[in-house]
Amino acid sequence: MLDAEPWNSILDAVAAALLVVAALLTLAAAIGLVRFPDPLSRLHAATKPQILGLILVVIAIALGARSATVLLLLVPVVVFQLLTAPISAHMVGRAGYRNGDFDPDSLLVDELAPDVDAARGTELPGGSWTDERAVADPGDDDAGPSKGPGAGS
Amino acid sequence: MTESSRAARARITIRQQLPLLAALVVLWMLLWGSITPLTIVTGVVIALAVTRAFYLPAVELSGRFDPFWFAVFVGRVLVEMAVASFQVALLAIGPRSRHRSALVKVDLTTRSDFILTGTALAVSLVPGSVVVEVDRASTVLYVHTLSVRTEAEVEKARAHVLGLERDLLRAWGSRAEWEAVRS
Repeated sequence: MLDAEPWNSILDAVAAALLVVAALLTLAAAIGLVRFPDPLSRLHAATKPQILGLILVVIAIALGARSATVLLLLVPVVVFQLLTAPISAHMVGRAGYRNGDFDPDSLLVDELAPDVDAARGTELPGGSWTDERAVADPGDDDAGPSKGPGAGS
Repeated sequence: MTESSRAARARITIRQQLPLLAALVVLWMLLWGSITPLTIVTGVVIALAVTRAFYLPAVELSGRFDPFWFAVFVGRVLVEMAVASFQVALLAIGPRSRHRSALVKVDLTTRSDFILTGTALAVSLVPGSVVVEVDRASTVLYVHTLSVRTEAEVEKARAHVLGLERDLLRAWGSRAEWEAVRS
């Protein structure tokens, strides 16, 4: 039992260090949110360093608590963060691009624009696609042409 | 005739849903923080109820899963995430410069929804790249990449996404699709 003492303080120190790094990453994310030029870039700052920050916080809690029950509760926290953060980032990025809410000059290349233009020219999918996919997400594809004028500005 | 084919389809979906059901039961037990017969039974009941009530198209798994290469894939994504998180953080607090970024079109080789989703998730988790648009029918990802200065870096970003897809295919893709990208 005497051996447990130094181990505990080492783990506590590691946990504390992880918390500091996590806080710094979150701070950097907040700064990036203010300083990056357009919504698409800000998205990177808003979603990414913060995921690693959260994972570090969770590891710190696991190291600090050192209990299996807490660990079992922490796993879903990380898993859901990993699953949902990219989806929210995608939705915001998609909406941002479609609304033209970005600075075209900041893009070195934009390989999406020609394809959006091409898609706007063709008829609505559904009639042309026999694939079940057209039925599976009609709202998804309808959104393109109907929101097109906004993106074209 | 239609009745029997419907029954056959239902049987297949139950079998295909087994991994999903198992995952839901495990999640339920994690939320309770205990593995007791009670949580297992209620977990199974709730998993069945949830999958019935909130019906989604069945996920088509490839039927092949290599735990070792999947671990390699997860490890690679985690390492890249850690490294790139600090890069984006430095970019955020560094001297204000004119950031150029790029929207890169990546035509994936796979035709599988599952691999497409997995690749998109991995791409989005690595800081500096986010999937802005997906063309599901032709499995094309449009990836917004931060801090791109030259054409060569555009190609690097494209190769990076394809590399992630390749790693995922090695772990979880169907045999035919993995052979196609193996070269």
